[in-house]
Amino acid sequence: MSFITKSPWIVHYDGSSCNGCDIEVLACLTPMYDVERFGIINTGNPKHADIFLITGYVNTQNVDVIKNIYRKMPDPKVVVAIGICASTGNFFRECYNALGGVDTIIPVDVYVPGCAARPEAIIDGVVKALGILDQKKNKTYVAPVKPEGVII
Amino acid sequence: MKLLLAALAFVILTPVVCGLLAGFDRIITAKMQGRYGPPLLQPFFDVLKLFEKENLMVNQFYHSFYLICYLVFMVASGILFFTGQDLLLVIFAFTLADIFLVLAAYSTNSPFSFIGAERELLLMMSAEPMLLIAAVGLFMATKSFKVGSIASVADLNTILLLPGVFIGLLFILTIKLRKSPFDLSTSHHAHQEIVKGVTTEFAGPSLALVEIAHWYETAIMLGIIYLFFAGNPVIAVSVVLVAYFVEILIDNTFARFKWELTLKSSWAVTFIFGGLNLIVLFIIEKVKI
Repeated sequence: MSFITKSPWIVHYDGSSCNGCDIEVLACLTPMYDVERFGIINTGNPKHADIFLITGYVNTQNVDVIKNIYRKMPDPKVVVAIGICASTGNFFRECYNALGGVDTIIPVDVYVPGCAARPEAIIDGVVKALGILDQKKNKTYVAPVKPEGVII
Repeated sequence: MKLLLAALAFVILTPVVCGLLAGFDRIITAKMQGRYGPPLLQPFFDVLKLFEKENLMVNQFYHSFYLICYLVFMVASGILFFTGQDLLLVIFAFTLADIFLVLAAYSTNSPFSFIGAERELLLMMSAEPMLLIAAVGLFMATKSFKVGSIASVADLNTILLLPGVFIGLLFILTIKLRKSPFDLSTSHHAHQEIVKGVTTEFAGPSLALVEIAHWYETAIMLGIIYLFFAGNPVIAVSVVLVAYFVEILIDNTFARFKWELTLKSSWAVTFIFGGLNLIVLFIIEKVKI
């Protein structure tokens, strides 16, 4: 057992979300769900984070930001795409500014679909991500072939 | 031999005790906010996890060198304190340790770290005068700068002679424990943006060093509070615990101050409570003679 599963710190980035999923992510921190029970902290600093939560699809404006945050996170790290926009691009996929889901630019480990994703689903996704984080820590992780990641 | 054992006990026990204290802190904070809160051992999990992470460094040499100096001087300052050496030396080593944290933050060349480092310097400017006044006050009350002899001489009379100094010290305790409203340079809580300040660029093991050094820092500050009541350990320990609880309460009820207000309020408290107390002590001594 590694300690990384006992204290996963999160960095949350709002890609081009409508704020629906963001509010559900923040709802996880409230007394109702209180993810600090599991040692989860929303750090807001990629260098302290283990889990990268992204909401919203990737567009030409935020593609560099997402890549930058991903690169700045120290290994081992996992990426969780929250909501259907982050997972696939949803119906924004064909917009003139959209590149699609988050997995078009960085590897995504867990997809949490939903519009908006429920806090329970987000917590479930983060717990799935902890398993992957543990495997990455022990170097036993094998990236799945397409479609990538675990689908909840 | 006895001193060596005391030093060894300090080095080993402090992370355990202060880590548990931080765990209680987080649980009490969560209860105050109506949450369930993390497990008691969470601070240890955090630090052990940070050691498992990759150490991303912007500036290979200075980064780790300064951070290790920060930890070493903080431990050295604590050893001097808990083996009963000179209180002034303790405070100078304590300040030097903080300076190394500021240098480490500056060496990362990040604008967020720069702001954090500047704010850390400001907080030091706010807190250090009161620490020195506390040392001078303890000297005037007990006729010694040695922590050992202060602890053996201190009784109820000490706190009666130094009420203002003690209030001032409690005020800057908030700064030194990095509690709101004075968590300008960095914060325990999951705040965003520049509030992570000095620690912004420290990842993995580097951040763990900062966290462990902060436990030693907490031990030294609480030790100085203890010193005022050292004659009666039961009262002293309860005063320390009550002080820590009040800090948690303040942390949860105050919004962050701007730096101007931080500096002005802490200097005002320092000179009104600390300074006046020293003047009164001085007059009392003159009258006695």
